[in-house]
Parts: sequence; structure tokens; C-alpha cells
Amino acid sequence: MMASSYSAKDEDGHITVSGPGGGTLRNKKPENTAFKQQRLPAWQPILTAGTVLPAFFIIGLIFIPIGIGLYVTSNNIKEFEIDYTGDDASSPCYNCAKNFSWNNTKSCTCTIPFQLDQPYESNVFMYYGLSNFYQNHRRYVKSRDDSQLNGNIDSLKKPSKECEPYASIDNKPIAPCGAIANSMFNDTLKLFYNDPNGTSVPIPLTSTGIAWWTDKHVKFRNPVGTNSNLTAVFQGTMKPVNWHRPVYELDTDPENNGFINEDFIVWMRTAALPTFRKLYRIIQKKNNMAPTLPRGNYTLVVDYNYPVRSFEGRKRMILSTISWMGGKNPFLGIAYITVGSVCFFLGVVLLVIHHKYGNRNNSANISN
Amino acid sequence: MARHSEEDAGMAKAPPAARQRKKKPKEIKTRTVHANILHDCAKGAENPNRHYANNKIKTTKYTVLSFLPKNLFEQFHRFANVYFVFIALLNFVPVVNAFQPELALAPVVFILSVTAIKDLWEDYRRHRSDKEINHMDCLVYSRAERRYVEKYWKEVRVGDFIRLRCNEILPADVLLLSSSDPDRLCHIETATLDGETNLKQRQVVRSFYDLDCEFDPLKYNSIIECEKPNNDLNRFRGYIIHRSGRRDALYKENLLLRGCTIRNTEEAVGIVIYAGHETKAMLNNNGPRYKRSKLERQMNVDVFWCVIILLVMCLFAAVGHGLWMFQYGDNRPVFDVLSPEGTILSPIMSAIYLFLTMIIVFQVLIPISLFVSIEIVKICQVYFIHQDMDLYDEETDSHLQCRALNITEDLGQMQYIFSDKTGTLTENKMVFRRCTVAGVEYSHDANARRLAMYQEMDSEEEECMSHGGTLPRRDSVTSHQSARVVLRSQSTKSHRRTGSRAEAKRASILSKHTAFSSPMEKDITPDPKLLDKVNDCSSQMDFMRFHSQPMSQLPSDLSDIIDFFIALTICNTVVVSSPNQPRHKVRMRFELKSPVKTIEDFIKRFTPSRLTSGSNSSSSSSLITNRSSNKGCSSLLSSPSAESTLTKLHEEQSSGGLEQAFSPIPPSYDGKTSWSLEEGELRYEAESPDEAALVYAARAYKCSLVGRLPDQVIMELPHLGKLSFELLHTLGFDSTRKRMSVVVRHPLTDQITVYTKGADSVIMDLIKPPDTGNSKGKRQKKIVCRTQHYLNLYAADGLRTLCIAKKILSKEEYACWLQRHLAAETAIQGREELLFESALRLETNLHLLGATGIEDRLQDGVPETIASLRKAGLQIWVLTGDKQETAVNIAYACKLLDPEEELLTLNADSQEGCALLLEESLHYIQAKFLCNPSGPTTKSFNTNFSPFDIYSSSSPSSQSTPFLVHRLGLVIDGRTLAYALDKSLEDKFLAVARSCRSVLCCRSTPLQKSMVVKLVRNKLKVMTLAIGDGANDVSMIQVADVGVGISGQEGMQAVMASDFALPRFRYLQKLLLVHGHWCYSRLANMILYFFYKNAMFVALIFWYQFYCGFSGSAMIDQWYLIFFNLMFSAFPQLITGTLDKDVSAETLQQLPQLYVNGQNSEEYKPYMFWMNMIDAFYQSLVCFFIPYFAYADSDVDLFTWGTPITTLALFTILLHLGTETKTWTWMNWMSIAFSIALFFTVALCYNASCPACYSPSNPYWTMQRLLQEPLFYLLCFITPIAALLPRFFYRACQGTLFPSPVQLGRQLDKLPADIRRNILSLSRVKVGSPLCPKLPFLSLAKASPKGYNKKDRRSVSGSKQGPLLQTDEAKRSPLQPTDSDMHLSDLYTPAPSEVDTLPYTKDNPAPSGELQTSSAADSEHLNKTIEPSDVNLSSCVTSTPLPAQADGVQLSMPPDGAPQCVRYTRNSEERLKSEHAVSSAHRTEPATERPLQAASFSLN
Repeated sequence: MMASSYSAKDEDGHITVSGPGGGTLRNKKPENTAFKQQRLPAWQPILTAGTVLPAFFIIGLIFIPIGIGLYVTSNNIKEFEIDYTGDDASSPCYNCAKNFSWNNTKSCTCTIPFQLDQPYESNVFMYYGLSNFYQNHRRYVKSRDDSQLNGNIDSLKKPSKECEPYASIDNKPIAPCGAIANSMFNDTLKLFYNDPNGTSVPIPLTSTGIAWWTDKHVKFRNPVGTNSNLTAVFQGTMKPVNWHRPVYELDTDPENNGFINEDFIVWMRTAALPTFRKLYRIIQKKNNMAPTLPRGNYTLVVDYNYPVRSFEGRKRMILSTISWMGGKNPFLGIAYITVGSVCFFLGVVLLVIHHKYGNRNNSANISN
Repeated sequence: MARHSEEDAGMAKAPPAARQRKKKPKEIKTRTVHANILHDCAKGAENPNRHYANNKIKTTKYTVLSFLPKNLFEQFHRFANVYFVFIALLNFVPVVNAFQPELALAPVVFILSVTAIKDLWEDYRRHRSDKEINHMDCLVYSRAERRYVEKYWKEVRVGDFIRLRCNEILPADVLLLSSSDPDRLCHIETATLDGETNLKQRQVVRSFYDLDCEFDPLKYNSIIECEKPNNDLNRFRGYIIHRSGRRDALYKENLLLRGCTIRNTEEAVGIVIYAGHETKAMLNNNGPRYKRSKLERQMNVDVFWCVIILLVMCLFAAVGHGLWMFQYGDNRPVFDVLSPEGTILSPIMSAIYLFLTMIIVFQVLIPISLFVSIEIVKICQVYFIHQDMDLYDEETDSHLQCRALNITEDLGQMQYIFSDKTGTLTENKMVFRRCTVAGVEYSHDANARRLAMYQEMDSEEEECMSHGGTLPRRDSVTSHQSARVVLRSQSTKSHRRTGSRAEAKRASILSKHTAFSSPMEKDITPDPKLLDKVNDCSSQMDFMRFHSQPMSQLPSDLSDIIDFFIALTICNTVVVSSPNQPRHKVRMRFELKSPVKTIEDFIKRFTPSRLTSGSNSSSSSSLITNRSSNKGCSSLLSSPSAESTLTKLHEEQSSGGLEQAFSPIPPSYDGKTSWSLEEGELRYEAESPDEAALVYAARAYKCSLVGRLPDQVIMELPHLGKLSFELLHTLGFDSTRKRMSVVVRHPLTDQITVYTKGADSVIMDLIKPPDTGNSKGKRQKKIVCRTQHYLNLYAADGLRTLCIAKKILSKEEYACWLQRHLAAETAIQGREELLFESALRLETNLHLLGATGIEDRLQDGVPETIASLRKAGLQIWVLTGDKQETAVNIAYACKLLDPEEELLTLNADSQEGCALLLEESLHYIQAKFLCNPSGPTTKSFNTNFSPFDIYSSSSPSSQSTPFLVHRLGLVIDGRTLAYALDKSLEDKFLAVARSCRSVLCCRSTPLQKSMVVKLVRNKLKVMTLAIGDGANDVSMIQVADVGVGISGQEGMQAVMASDFALPRFRYLQKLLLVHGHWCYSRLANMILYFFYKNAMFVALIFWYQFYCGFSGSAMIDQWYLIFFNLMFSAFPQLITGTLDKDVSAETLQQLPQLYVNGQNSEEYKPYMFWMNMIDAFYQSLVCFFIPYFAYADSDVDLFTWGTPITTLALFTILLHLGTETKTWTWMNWMSIAFSIALFFTVALCYNASCPACYSPSNPYWTMQRLLQEPLFYLLCFITPIAALLPRFFYRACQGTLFPSPVQLGRQLDKLPADIRRNILSLSRVKVGSPLCPKLPFLSLAKASPKGYNKKDRRSVSGSKQGPLLQTDEAKRSPLQPTDSDMHLSDLYTPAPSEVDTLPYTKDNPAPSGELQTSSAADSEHLNKTIEPSDVNLSSCVTSTPLPAQADGVQLSMPPDGAPQCVRYTRNSEERLKSEHAVSSAHRTEPATERPLQAASFSLN
């Protein structure tokens, strides 16, 4: 008894003993299990030219068709892009762009005619695109208060510190606070179809359904006040510095006003890369068989509010149809074809290697 | 942990701290202990012992309160932790923060808390065991109750009287004051302290010795003064001051140490001297050792590089950000947010801020979890090593112990092994083999035959017989030189089938037989001649005694014989016990006065000369311990011989009965002996196995030791019956004197006789120079001469030699000596030195009786282990204290030296001589091996053949360059070694030593051993392993990179100092070749993978900086960023790091060459780190840009784009691990599946949990949405494949075009078992076959002409400088063959080391047609066995590319100038004759004393 308790102490490295007299009772023989003896059944792949050959060919054979499929799909997507920055003196928006800054309150309008060579079937998505606009800047990305946007009254009155220095003006909270909201894109784009007969038909643009459903219904919420009037709810807050209108006047539709304005929501989803597009409107497919946007001449009318010249940014309007894999982007198809071909090629190389040198081992091995 | 210093001890007795400090100076030298009972009433303040630590032990590090601060403080000693905390804190600075500060703390807190919990648990365990120990009971005398009362251990204080009963454990260091034993002895077992299981005797303090009545604590009023607590177990000095003022010295024999167990003694009483943490046991108790492995050192270098990379990346980003800001000028864009205060930051300021931000963002590059993961993996590795059945020794029921937990991977990187000989290579189980008495040799042929029979018995148990190494040597003992040819073929055969399972089985059977005091060692078949003489002699003596004739009339040769056996029997410290009750001391007591202690006593007792052999008054204290030692069991197990001994014993008994009449011993006593004999034979417990072997040997001649008491030794002689020798003194063995002596009074002649036993070199010098005048003197001279001759023979046969001598003292001489000896004994200052001098005075002018040859059997599998370790490219040095001849012969027996190779022997007598010798040998080596480039190099390129390039010049720290290792053996003796280790010569010594294949240092002291290891380690920058079993190896074990202790016969000191403790030497093979290799390759791969993984992940964010204005933004959600390492990708690598096996254990053991992989750090070379980094950057580029282009100019938002990248990175990283994983068990699959599942589960939950939290990413519903997009899946499909394509392709090509040996080993693994066996056997046979193409040397040979020319020039000019040689070698190293010319066949081809380890190469028919007649039959036989495989061989040759083949053939031609068949000759004359050009060295060599060792530097 005593001896055993003493040896319990030994385990702690006080005094280690395993004399031959130590344990006739306690057999220390290790268990003969596959795990303990490190003999678990195992698959032991050996990477040689011979063994990996099939993998390369299979990858090649799978990838090339996928790539071709993707490429074709992407090519079937129609896309039209028009740059209306107005850098050029020849550009219709040159004048607007030249003397425009954030401080202007009066909007400047310019019209840009363009022509579609192909008819656009199905729904057409209308994007605005910005280039050289670093929406992914670290401090910019952080400069928002999600809690405020989620309708939290407290955050509305006292925005998070992250919003600084766009959190308050004269001790009045800004709603919505932060740099992202402050710099919201505020050009208005309108599209007119120039009928061959000379009339200009405005094309109906749907402004809902452009944001993520979860954003619109879960993430973004208007603060719920005592009354349902948004104006009353936002009483005591300031509009962001660069905004022309307060947040509760973004739209007339109460379902698309305030924080749940979809243009706002879309803007608040910061883009990943400095060149990006954001969904602006959807041109719904008409019920009849006619194409959504028939071939012909169109006019884009821009309320030029958004200055980009200071950072050499560009503004674009994009019309695009989409497929199951998103917008037009041939890259993935090409990538698949390339990787597939490379695999195939390497497979051939390995085949050669295998034939030339692989047998050497095998003969050495198998000859026995 | 344990408190070591006095300061700590002082702290423990904290309360009266102020007064304490005052007293301290006074306390410095000694400690004074009063009995507590005198001060019982005055509790506390008045008690003089109050300052001493009490017996409560506390080994815990923490208390409840101190845990947190103390543990954190300790953890912050690790630099990495400080770094991570720094980064986490940096996050709290608003300008630079990258993550949510709280979140950034998470990983650090996680890591810290994991470690803290581990520490807490360990501490809790310690606390529990402390508590358990503190609450053990013991009996303490209580003044109040006037009896001993039970108290807890922790209540014991210094100065308490405690009573101990048999089998109790001592609670503190106790001074023995009384013992129930009539001899006033107390036996203790110190296994817990030093692992020695034999009983040790402790004596009652002398002043209490004569106490008749029971010790009464109340009467005690002495004061003890002794040393301060220290950790030296073998030292205790002090004195006890009685009230009378008398002082008595105290020795270590009086002290019972805490932790020992009382045995054989009914009751003992003592006073506590040291308690608790001040006990010697506690002071000795060090925590586990912490070493840093080579791999970890290398890793730290790369961690450092990571830091550099990190800083460079941050700097780059900072500059980029500054420029980006600058380009906008004063026109600040809307997205460039102002500082919170609304001020505008200048580009420079924001660049500086950004630099700090980037450090936070990129912190993952320094793998935070790496350190924790490595620890986890190492613990698992240690667990698996522990669990290995092959490393378990049934005999001792012990398995390998890993005492150092963090250097497992070092085992796979060893380059030099330094081994002790005795007990490490050999069993340290001595078998008496031969002896010479009075110049006549008794060869004990029958005994030799019997031993051979044991051998056969073992070998018959398996069909194919033979035991590689030990057999030839054993036989050579019996049948000298003639048997050698036959033996050779035998051992070749045995070689071919080493490593089989049958062998392992046989080994285990054998080990049962060879258990200590197995019949093999105990039963010695006496040499009939000698037995006759002994009988003759003793009967004559009996006759003479009967007729009261003086014994001196006995013929001197006969008296020598009887004296020889008396010396064998009594000149030792063997304790006799009976086997059934191993701890029961056999006692028969003759009434004797106590030994002489004073001069008066001496005069009184020695004047009347009469036969003293009084009546018996033995007290039989039959304390039976419940321990049944397995020694007893083993002797019962071995039935056949046990029976024979039993019958022998019966005979003895009956003859004893006859003699009874003549015996002076009363019959009453005899009954008792027969009782003890009936119980079984007597068992001898010796401190050293030699002693036991000699006692058993003497018993075979019926001279048996019957009992030993402190003052007398009883032995039984044929015809004479039991004789009691009064033991006057025992001068114990020590390593400086190398001898021990006993001074006894001979009962028959009544003379005072000194029997001395010791190393031959010492004893021979002490022999009284015979006066050549008379015939007696001539005879004596002849005896000495002959004995020396036989001694040399014994040594040549690898036997340990001991000389036995005696000396008869006249009473005057004795009195004179005794006076000074007693003075020495009682001295307090310098007692050891005085005793030593006293012993020297006594041991002079001895009369030589004879010499013994004891065989120290090689351990099982030693030659095989050495052979395969050497094939593994390990240099093995043997450092031994044995004499040169013995060591050389053992070295031959264990295949360390090869009869084929030349032997350089360095024996010098002076510094200059040594310098000259080294110079000459260096010249010789250069002249011989470097001048004829075509020849010997190919042969001698032992370790440097291409795939196994040992000293890789590319390894970071290693300055060492490939150095030719020749077919040379170096033997150096201790004295020369001392000179060679001098600063001025060490470089030369190393230059010589490293070019020799094996090095043998004889007669080396422990210090020299450690110096050699240190020298090699520091100068050659190699990994060293030291293995040993005894206390003399401790320093060497501690110095080496990895110290291995053999938990064998010689106690546990080596084990305590070691990092790994093995039960047997042969386990080293599996430990190094298999576990070492695995641990190394696992960890190396894991570390590389870690670096890769983090770099790859961080690089993703780095690329992104180019697209976010270098603003430090990350597209990866900070949660993923922080937990990616810690959770998502953590498990698979742990599993792979723990379980991956590149090659199976069998193949690793059969192809030791694969070990070179670790030695060269081939799994983890510095360039690999960079290759991995490049690969990581490539992969991250792919993982970044495929999504980039796929989402270019789309409406994707930051984190919806970042999440697929995270996913892709995870897939890529896991797939990468997959390509690197060699074995896929279900655990690998599970872990990978778990990782992926974990990521998606966490992502889905996280993305669904809170719509407005987790600023700034706010990833609500992101993953859910992604999973609905086909694009996501398309990306997941293509990216990992594109990312891993190059690596995968490279691996495939490498596997075919230039597979590493390890890969070949894996291919071999895949083959069916029988084919594999075929190939492996082929690889062995090929060694001897001349056909094998030596492909590995191809490019070397091509390059050699130029290289050699250069070298020659250099070596002429700079031969005085060792280092110059190295630079030459450095030049050569790039010429090492590239991997491209090796393939499977290389692996099986000649590894020239194999050529070397098998000494039979040259006997085989070589193309040059050089055949040796003696071995012709032999090689014929060999050839036949090769034949079938030869065919394969040639086919394998033809399948190699043509040019390679041509070169190979050319190279395999034997060297023209190479010396053929060099042989080590034992005959010194021959050696001199065949001396080479360097005989000048011999001239300068001063002659050594011993004629046969004189031939010093000889190259034959």
C-alpha cells in the first residue's frame, strides 16, 4: 500500500524508478493493438509517373468539356457598356463632370445616345459601374453602423464610433452614419428607347428586387418609432453631409424608403474590388414575345450628381442579361479549358516519362 | 519544481524572516540538530530546530492565488507568446487596429489557456501526490505520551525520533540510533533513489552501538552537528556531541535516506536530520529535462525568416499605401476616410500606421499554433514510442522511457554514437571463464563447452542456427585460432538472416537464460585439474590442522591455490541471502569480539595467538519480505541445471555432515545451515557482477561463501568445513585505486592477511619485486611473468582480467598501519583522502596469487545492431574504461572493428609524442588514401556515397564537409587521449579520428568521455548520441545531444541523466532507425507544412493589398482569418504529423541506409523552406486570381468574394496535405472530412447567427447564398487543382525520375512480402558481389582527377593545419552526384558501408582474380547462394542508362594500389615487422611500461 502510493509520486518525475523488482504484478507490456503499434490499415499512394497518369488524363478530360460549356454560356450573354464619366471634351457629360463637386446642390443632366446591335431577350439588368473607386478601403469598409441600419433606436441616436468622423454633425447623429453611406452613388439614370418613328419611349425600370432578400428584410430595417411616419422617426438626425436629401426621402414608396431603400442597400454592400458594378435597375421582360430591349437606338439620361474626377474614377452604365452562372465572364471557361489542357499535356509528358524511365524501377522490382 | 538551493529552503521557513536573516551567516557551515523532545514544552520559538524545513513537501508550482500571474509569467518567457500578445494589444490602438480587439485576443488567449490548463492539471496531480505523501503515517516519539504515536509525514520535524518498522518507507533523512538487529545494522533498499536493488547496510551511530537495552529517546541528550543539506547521496559528514563532551564521527553509513525502504530489520529508531525539501532525495530531484532539438533550432531560423518576410511585406504595403495616398494629393477621395477626429492624415503618417496594421493582419504568417501543435505531436510520438512492443523487454518488464519529451525527432538525425562498452554493448553479466593460479593456467575447457552448449540449445530452437556476433568469439576462446575459418562461414550465414522474427524470438528466449545469476553464470564446471588440486590442498590442510602442524609447511603452489580461492570468496562485498526469501539475510554468527577499534584493543586481542572460533549465537531474525524478486524466479525456471546444483548441494551437505566431527563449529549451528540450504542454494548479492561471478566460481570449487557479517566472513572449504575469517577492514573498491582489499585474520594460520583483488595493470605494479637470489624468488618471478602472459591472452580473448594477490602482515606492521588508519577514519576534514592514502600504504609488496578471466558477454544483437547502425551512416565510437586489449577484442566481436581494416593505434607518453603520432597518422592517411584517387576512395567512400551524403554542406549550421571515411580503425588509450584532447592537438585528433571508420578509446575516464563527445559535437557540428549504463557515463550522456541510458545492472544513475532509457542496446536500432526516422520526417514535414500553410494564407491577403490601395483591408472575414489556423486546418496536420509513416518499420530496419535521410536533414533543408514559400506564393496567387478574374467587374461584395477564397484556400491546403501524406488511415480521412465539415458548419452558423453583428464584415447569409451559386462550386473545383498541379507533377516526376531512397523504400513496401524479402536479401548478397555497379559514385569519380590534384597540392602545403583539409573537402561537395543517377538499384547496391560491415568482401572472387586460398571454399559457398539473385542483378544493371553503366563498371574495378587484406595482428613483433613507412613515429615514441602494449603507433 505504502509502496504503491510512493510510486504514484514517482510518476511526477520526483524519482523515477523502474527497477527490475518494480512490477511483477503490473505488467507493463504494451498492448498489441494496431493503433498503438502504428499498424493501422492504410492506403499508401506512391506518386510516380505511372500512378498519377490517369488522374491527369481524367482531369483533362473532365475540365475541357466543362470549360467549353462555360465559355459558350458566357458568350451567349449579351452585355452593353457605356462610359459616361465625361472626361473627354467630346463626351456629352463633359460639362457636368468638369465643374461638379459634392457641394453642388443643383443637378446637372446629360443625355447619351447609344445603339444596341442585338435585341436583349429576357430580363435585362441595368448596372452602374465605378472604376478606381476603392470601396474596399479598410477604413471605408468599417465606417458604418450595422446596428443603426438594423433599426436600433439607440444606435440611431448614438451611432457607433466606427462611423467617425461621419457620426454626427453638431452633436446631432447622422442617419445613416459612416463614410459608406455618406458617399452613396446618387446619379439618376434613365433609359429611353428611340423608336424608329422618332418618339422617345421611356423604358420602365424596376427599382425593387435588386438587393439581397435577406438584406432587405432582415439586415436593414427602419427604426420603429411611436408612429409609422419615417420623418418622425428620423427626427433629430442629420442627413449625411454629401446627401441631397435625408434618408427618409429616398423614395416615395414606404417599402423602399429609409434604410430599406434598395439603392441604399446595394451601395452599402461594399464592393470587393476597385472596379465594380452595382445593380441599379431591372428591366423586366415583357409578357409578350417581344425582346425586352429590341435592337435600335437608345438614350441614356443622367442626372449627374456623383463626382469621380478627383480620384480619376470612371462611371459606366451597363446593360446585361444574365445566365445561370451570373454575368458575362469568359474567364472561368477559359480557365477550365487551360487547366484541362495543361493537365492533358502533363499527362502526356508523364506518359513519356513513364515509358522511358518508369520501367526501370519496375524491371528492377519485378524482375525478382 | 524541487527546491534546490538553500535560499529556497530558507524561504520555506518564512515566518520569522527578519531574525532568520540575522542567523544565516552563522548557519552557513553546519546544521545543529537537537532532540525535539527536550524542547517539546517550548513549542515554536524556543525550539532550536525551528529554522529547519519541516517534512511537509510541496512540489507544486502554484497556489490558487499565484496560479494566474505565475503561470502567465512563465508562459511569457516564450518569445512567441510575447509576440502574439503584443500583436493582440496592438489591436486596441484605434488608429492601427485591424480586427475587433476582443477577437484578436482570442487565439492568444486560447493558446495561453491550453498551456495553462495543461500546467494546472500537472500541478494538480503533483498536489494530489504531495498530499498523499504528506499524509502517510509514521511513528514519532511523543514526550507527552512517552511512547511512539502515529503522525503524518508532514508533521515530522527535524529532531524528532521516529521508529521504523520493516518494509516502511523512510519519511525523512534519519540518523540511525538504534536497530533491533543484533549487529546494530539496518538494511535499506535504495531502489527509489538510485535504482540499485541490492540491500545496503546502515550502521547505528557508534556511540549507540553498545546500547544493550532498548533505545530510550528520553535519555538522549546529545547534539548533532552535520553538513548543510546537499544533494550528494553518497556523502554525509558530521559528528555527534554527547553530554560528556565526547564526539563521535558520523558517516553516510549512519544515515537513512528518505524514500528508501527498511528491509530485514524489525525495528529501527532514528532522529530526523533533514526533513522535507532538505532531504537528499528531494534535493536530488530534478524536473524533466528541456532540450531543444536540431529540427527546432532549424525551425527557429525559419521562424526568423518568416518575421523578415512579414516585415518586408508590411514595409512593402506601407510604402504602397503612402504612394497611393500621395497620388491623390490634397484631393481626398470620398473613400479615403478621415481619421476619427476628422483630421487629414499625411501619407507618411498613414504609411506608418498602416505598417502596424499590416503586422496585425499578417500575423498569421508567424504560426501561432505551430508551437502548440509541435508539442502535441511530440507527446503523441512519445506515447507511441512508449507503446512499441518491440522496445519492451519482457525480462525486466520495462519498456523504453522517454525522459525528455521534446527531442524525439533528434533521434532521426544522429550522426555519431558514443557508446560505453561494459553494460551497454555487453550484458554486464559476468561469466567466469578461465583462471591462472601460481603461473599455471586452467583453461576450463569443460566450462567453455558447457557455455557453448547453452548457445546451441538456443540456436536449435529455430531451424537456421547461429548467433552472429557472439558465437565466433566464444568459440575462439576454446579452440583458439584454428576454428576461425569455419566460424567465418557461420557468421556470414547468420548475417544474411538477421532481423527475422525468428531471431527476435530467439533473442527473447536467450535473454531468459541469461538473466542475472542464471545457471549459465552460476554453474561453473570446474577444471578437473584445479579441482583436484583444491581438494588435495584442503585435505592436506585439514590434516595439518588436525595434527596441529603449522600451515606454512604447505607447498607454496598449493597454498597459493587455497589462498586464491579464499581471496575469491571473501575479498568482496557480496551479501548472502537465500533465494526463496531474497531479502532474508543468512546469518550464522560466531561469537567474536567486535573488530579492533583502538590500538589498545588490538594489543589486547592479538597477543594470545589461538584459534578463535567460538560458539555460535546466531540470532535468526527471520523477517520475510513480501517481495518476490524475479531473480529468484528465474533461477527456479531454468530447471535442468537447477536440478544438478541441487544434487550437488545434497552431496555437499552429506559431506558436511562427515566433517562435522572435525569442525570446530558446534552441531547446533550446523542444523541451522542445513536449514538454510534446504531452502535452496544461497544467493549472492553483489554490488558488481564481477564479484558475484568470482564467488560463484569459487563455489564451484566447493569454496563457498556462507555468510557475511560486518566483522566476519564465513566460508566453507572442502574438508575443512566452515571457517570464519575475522574481517578487520574492508578497503572498498574505487576507480582510482582500481582494486579492493580485505584485511582478515586467517583462522588457520592466525596471520593477518591482506587479500587484494584488482585490475591487472595496478596489481602487477604492486607485486613485491622478487629477490632473484633464491629459488623461491625465481619461482615467483616466473609466476609473475607467466601470469602476465596469460593475462595478455585473456585480454586478447576479450575477457576482463583481474589479479588476485595477498600479503601477510606481521603484527607490528599491522599495528603501525592500523594506528594511522584509525586516525584517518576519525578525521573529519579530508577523511576520504586520508583513507585513500591509508589504503595505498597497505597495498604494497603484494604476493601474486593468480588471475582470473571473466567474460562479459555481448548483449544480444549487438553486432547486428552495430552493423545496421553503421549502414545507417552512423559513426560509432566506443569509449570504455577497459584496457586496450580487452576493448579491441570486444570491438572485434561486436563488429565494430573489422579484421579487414587497418588499425591505427595511438599510444603516446607525452604531449609531443602524441602530436607527432597524430601528424604521422594524418600524413599516412593522406598518403595512403588520397594519392591514388582511382582506388581506395571508391572503397573508402563509406558514408559519402551520393544518396546518403552525410555531412551535407548545405545544412545551415554545419561547417563540416564531406570527409572521407576510410577503412581504418583508430584505437587510442586514455593517456594519449588526454594529450590529444589538448587545445593544440584537438583539431588534428579530430582530423584523424573522423577519417577512421571506427574509433575506440580505451582506459578513458568519465571526464574524458564527455570531453570527446563535446569535442566532436562542437567541432564537427554533428548530432551526437551517447549511450551508457553506469555512473561513469553520466557526464557523457549529459553532454551529448541525445543521451541514452541503459537501464541495466548498474543502477539508475545513467538513466536519470538520460533523455531516453532503453532496456537493451539492441533496441537502439529500432529507436533510431524507425522511431527516429518517423519522428523526424513527421515533424519536419509538419513544420514545413505549417510554414507553407500560413504563408499561403497570408499571401492571399497580401495580393489583395494591390487592389485595396494597400489599406490593410482583408477580404477574408476576420473570424475566418483568426480561426483558420486554430480550428479549420489544425486537425489533419496533427493527425498526419502523428501517424504518417513514410516507410514501414520493417523496411526501415532492413534498409538502414534510409536513416541517412534524417542525418542529412533531407526532409527539411533550408532550401525547402524557400521552395515551400515559393509554392505557397504560387498557390495563393492561383487561389487569389482565379476568383479575382471570375468575379472581375461584377457586383460581388467584399466578403461574398472573400468567403469563396477562404474556402478555396482551405481546400487547397488540405489537398496539399493530402499529396504530402504518405499513409492514409481512416483517421486521416476523418480528420480532413471533419475539417471541411467544421468549416462549413461554422460558416453557416456564423453567417446565420446575427444580422447586425460582426462588424465590419457583417456576413449575414453570405455562405448560404454562395452555396446556391454554381460559380462557387466551379471555383472550388478548379482552383485547388490548378494550385496543386505543379507540386503534384513534380512529385510524380520525382517519384519516377529521381526518387529519393525513402521513396524507393516506400515502393518496396508496396511489393508483396515474398518479393520484398527477395530484394532485400539480394541487397545484402550484392554487397559481396563484384558485379554491382557502383552508380552512386559516378559523378564523384568523374570529378575526382581534378579534385585530387588539387588536394594533393594542398595537403603538401598545409598539412600542418587540420582545417585546410576541410576546405578541400568543401570544394568537393558540390561535385556530389546529383540525384538523377540513382534509382532503385542504387539502394541495394553496395552501399560501401555494407562492404565494410561485412568483412568477407575480399574473400569473394573479385574481377582481378584475387582469391585467398583459405577462404576459397567459403566464397564458393557464398557464390552458390548468390547465384539466383545474380541473374536479377545483371538484369537490373542492363536496365540502367548506358553511360551510367559504363562508369559503374569502370569504378567497380578493384584499386590497383590498394592494400589487400590488411589484417590486425595481435602479435606485437609482427606488428613491428610489418610497420609501414611511418616507423619514424615509433622511434620517437617513448617506451611504455607494459612490454606488450609498447608497440604504439603501428600501421600494418
